[in-house]
Amino acid sequence: MLNTLTDNPLLNVESLSLKLEGRTILDGLTAHVRAGELVALLGPNGAGKSTLVKAVAGEVEAASGGIAINGRPLSQWPRAELARHRAVMPQKIDMQFPLTAYEVVALGRPREPMAQRQRIVTELLALMDVADLAQRRVPTLSGGEQQRVQLARVLAQLWEQPHPGLFLLDECTSALDPAHQQLVFNRLRQLANSGNGLLVAVHDLNLAAQWADRLILMNHGKVAVEGSPEAVLTADNLMQIYGLDARVITLAEGYPVVLPIRPAHLAVAI
Amino acid sequence: MPAEARRLAPKTGYFALLIALVAAGGFALTSGAYPVALDDILRLFTGAEAADATASLVLWDIRLPRLVLGLLTGAVLAVAGALLQGLFRNPLADPGLIGVSSGAALAAVAVIVLGGTGLAGWSALTGRWALPFAAFLGGAATTLLAWRIARRQGQTSVALLLLAGIAINAVAGAGTGVLTFYADDNALRSLTFWTMGSLAHASWDDVWISAPFMLLTLIAAPLLARPLDAFLLGEPVAGHLGYSTDWVKRGVILLVALGVGAAVAVSGLIGFVGLVVPHFLRQLLGAGHRALLPACALAGATLLVAADCVARIVVTPAELPIGLVMALLGGPVFLILLLRNRFV
Repeated sequence: MLNTLTDNPLLNVESLSLKLEGRTILDGLTAHVRAGELVALLGPNGAGKSTLVKAVAGEVEAASGGIAINGRPLSQWPRAELARHRAVMPQKIDMQFPLTAYEVVALGRPREPMAQRQRIVTELLALMDVADLAQRRVPTLSGGEQQRVQLARVLAQLWEQPHPGLFLLDECTSALDPAHQQLVFNRLRQLANSGNGLLVAVHDLNLAAQWADRLILMNHGKVAVEGSPEAVLTADNLMQIYGLDARVITLAEGYPVVLPIRPAHLAVAI
Repeated sequence: MPAEARRLAPKTGYFALLIALVAAGGFALTSGAYPVALDDILRLFTGAEAADATASLVLWDIRLPRLVLGLLTGAVLAVAGALLQGLFRNPLADPGLIGVSSGAALAAVAVIVLGGTGLAGWSALTGRWALPFAAFLGGAATTLLAWRIARRQGQTSVALLLLAGIAINAVAGAGTGVLTFYADDNALRSLTFWTMGSLAHASWDDVWISAPFMLLTLIAAPLLARPLDAFLLGEPVAGHLGYSTDWVKRGVILLVALGVGAAVAVSGLIGFVGLVVPHFLRQLLGAGHRALLPACALAGATLLVAADCVARIVVTPAELPIGLVMALLGGPVFLILLLRNRFV
């Protein structure tokens, strides 16, 4: 779909290759995210989704290829300025010390007048449905509550910026109940609609189909298929890439749902 | 409210700590083998002539430098502990961990044992500063070594720093042991006193050489408060939030090496302050470093001065090493805290 590309996507990943301990993790991967777009990153375990997110987050260095945000190569961004254009939610955050939920979200708003910080932090805690947990110590919260607090922090980082922001979210709804998954993706959708770009690594195919503009299905460090949910989530693709036997049904609402099928004969016990 | 944070407002906490500090300081100045009345102290501070010349001497030349040194040492040890625990994201991190204390101890013991023989040149060169200078340099050198080992491709690995610190501590400890073996009785006594920590010989000279480094640590530490808060979420997250993680690591290591090196140089090895004070205050005030660091300075200073009073008074006219008092008081208190508060 190169013809639909604007000249300068928010995120441009060009033939990115990366090896860890001699193993190829990313193999000439090319992808982009435009402003206003919610892109879901799919693929089996070990496909390289998290590594791609980490490469764009600047945590791991690629062997070859390029990453550009807003047309500027990643390495040429001053640290503090980049923090106002790109926010990252890692797959796992392990907190040992008892910061409160409020304090964690406030980390996303350094160097800001107190009143404004207070307003934005309160707003985002409410947006993620954790307003009543503001003064609780984060390590005492449930996994799903912690995840929403961290999301509020990530959102706070690029909140009310005068330019489009890039959000990299790695499995940001993995610990959430279905209702909160919907709430979170609803908020992410609004972020995209207001002009930000989002790259969201996710395992839940149906969440991706329901909320994303475009899906990137990865396998063995490359883009296997890319496109609209209907184009990517076909029974053939699922069998080929995941080895998953599934039926795909398109809902009247206009997006597909994937239903894995139980095999007729159960695996033989060894 | 089962899991609700039991928190003190920082202002209340500071106020209580300040009162405790003044009380401990007042007690430290007035009590001891030669009692000095409180109004004598007030008269001295307002510049008026003291009624008693001996009191003036005791205050100016003995108790005041000792108090100042105790305040600074306690504050620095507690703040250094809080800085390192934030950096390592581990409540057990202690200034001793990265090699400052063991390196300083090795150098100091070397001067005590070999000052008349192998290191006579050093002793002649530095005179009465021989011990504090050696301790300071030893602490800085081992910390630098641990830090160099932990550098990989321009980045400092926190895990490697910890491991290097452990290895260096082991080697320095063995070196200290060997020197102890060769020490004569006289050296052994002064060595024992030094390794258990003491403010008994505090003088204004000690204050002048160590205070600049300790003050630097105390004044610069709050600059690291915000990045250290981000570090509590992990080094990658601190990077995402726009902080230079390597500068934070360098800053913490430098401030700890300078401050603790100076503290150990003049007062010997005093444990527990860096461990107990930040731990206790984190339960009380929360883990945010902007409230935590100043509170640690106040509480560490108070604790050390109070422990020094105990060390001076319990066996008057003799003295206990303050490190011993701190371990005797601090150990059980820490255990009680751990048992009462399951949340580490």
